Amino acid sequence: MLRVSVLWRRPGFNLEATFAAPTPGVIALFGPSGSGKTTLVNMIAGLVAPDSGEIRLGEELLTDTRAGIAVAVERRRIGYVFQDARLFPHLSITANLRYGEKRARGVPRFIDFDEVVALLGLEALLARRPRQLSGGERQRVALGRALLAQPRLLLLDEPLASIDVARREEVLPYLERLRDRLAIPMVYVSHQFEEVLRLATHMVLLESGRVVAEGSVSAMSLRPELQRVVGPDLVGAVLDGVVKRLDPANGSAELAIGTGTLQVSLQGVPLGTRVRLQVLARDVILAIQPVQGLSVRNALAGTVTTITKDEWGALVTMDVGGAAVLARITDNALTALRLRPGDAAWTLFKAVSTRGHAFRLAGAPQGGN
Amino acid sequence: MNALLGPAELEALGLSLNVAARSVCFSLPLAVLAAWVLTRTRFPGRTLFDAFVHLPLVLPPVAVGYVLLVLFGARGVLGAWLQRHLGIELAFTTAGAALATAVMSFPLMVRAIRLSLENVDRGLEDAARTLGAAPFDRFLSITLPLMLPGILAGAVTAFAAGLGEFGAVITFASNVPGVTRTLPLALYTAMQSPTGDALALRLAVLSFTLGLLGLLAAELLVRRVRTLLGR
Repeated sequence: MLRVSVLWRRPGFNLEATFAAPTPGVIALFGPSGSGKTTLVNMIAGLVAPDSGEIRLGEELLTDTRAGIAVAVERRRIGYVFQDARLFPHLSITANLRYGEKRARGVPRFIDFDEVVALLGLEALLARRPRQLSGGERQRVALGRALLAQPRLLLLDEPLASIDVARREEVLPYLERLRDRLAIPMVYVSHQFEEVLRLATHMVLLESGRVVAEGSVSAMSLRPELQRVVGPDLVGAVLDGVVKRLDPANGSAELAIGTGTLQVSLQGVPLGTRVRLQVLARDVILAIQPVQGLSVRNALAGTVTTITKDEWGALVTMDVGGAAVLARITDNALTALRLRPGDAAWTLFKAVSTRGHAFRLAGAPQGGN
Repeated sequence: MNALLGPAELEALGLSLNVAARSVCFSLPLAVLAAWVLTRTRFPGRTLFDAFVHLPLVLPPVAVGYVLLVLFGARGVLGAWLQRHLGIELAFTTAGAALATAVMSFPLMVRAIRLSLENVDRGLEDAARTLGAAPFDRFLSITLPLMLPGILAGAVTAFAAGLGEFGAVITFASNVPGVTRTLPLALYTAMQSPTGDALALRLAVLSFTLGLLGLLAAELLVRRVRTLLGR
């Protein structure tokens, strides 16, 4: 567990954050710019001291203002990948990577130089200098450098923010690999919901210096606090499932979610892969009778759990075989269907509407690679 | 060319190089320390310390030489102690000329080093901390290499300036041929002599050339190191 409970007051900004997140796993600190995410990770790293509070990793107290405990940054063994990489300009890539490794003598090792180079695809960069690298390459080196210091926790502060959107794929797949192959807990700071969707196992939502909600990504996707932050277009239930059947000819796969199955557009994943799927609320259709003769591949029987009215109409939460799905409908539709909590209804959405919204969570359990 | 560098000129040149080199070796570590204190620490009296470091820039060199004489002369507080316990004699010696030169060029050096230290990205030091580097380790492996252009520029400029230090040297170390008669002192002596016009001219040309070479070397060195540091 990573337990944080801190207070930090400055003119114009108060940070008052408390959360407890399970480890290992990827804890996403999510929130708009200026919500205090970076200050919070700096406190975990020890670079910023809270006015009061405590920070505990597992059994160890890193910071406890009441007991006067503040473990020095260099002795915390917490890796930090900064937004701007911060590679040492006077050292080669190899020397950058080795910097923390050299200083981690007598520390339990979980990864060595060759493994890091292979894992992050750094072979071709080793002899170069930081200024000769692209933004994405720099971040991969920064990741490797942090890992080689054999940290107990890895902090990533918007590692993709300084990279062109088109080039983020030079880094994201590597982050997924780290999550899937290493047992190291990570704290991932981001204000991009898609990154959180792809990487996180636990989510802490920050707004103006306060933790407004936390929980698993699926649970958080149903919370109005998160919906408010991501905006109306990205609202949608997040479902974690397992690939049960493949239909390569169709470019689709069947996912087991809750007690039911869903058809989604998904290619290139083996059977048994854990997949995370976001079903956007605006792509979901509700029906109060079974419908026929439609191209829609998913028609799931369920029950209305809650109905929330807001400025864009109504957001209906459906319980579909133990999984929750959100549907966005207009006020007129709500009136016409006369939906109320407890009513039975069919939830319809197209398999293709999930394209680009399904992410592989971890390698196949067979451990093919 | 032989006419330019006769024995008197060579002696003065050698002595100037000797004094300047010693003064740089002596003041460099202290200048790095002073630059560090002025850039990175906050304490009451810091402004006063800053002014004190820069004092030789504005004081008449003769006044600096006089203060040194009072402190480090044979009967000065520090001078007597040094002589009794370490056998070091400073007044009227080459070492004394080097000390006077070091004091005079100290502010120049501190300024150059301080400027480079202010340009070192603190974020890199934070990164080194998260990678397990303790303060002194961090200084040696990150801060110092990144300050190198400023340190070199400071050292070369101080060296070039040190070749020509006059007032403080003649006051504190006097004008002893072969011991403290550096280039400017030899030039001054030649000017005082009714037959020294030619010698004075040659010494002046020599000083001018050395100063120019020194400044050029500083500039080239800094550029070279910057490239090596990846800027």
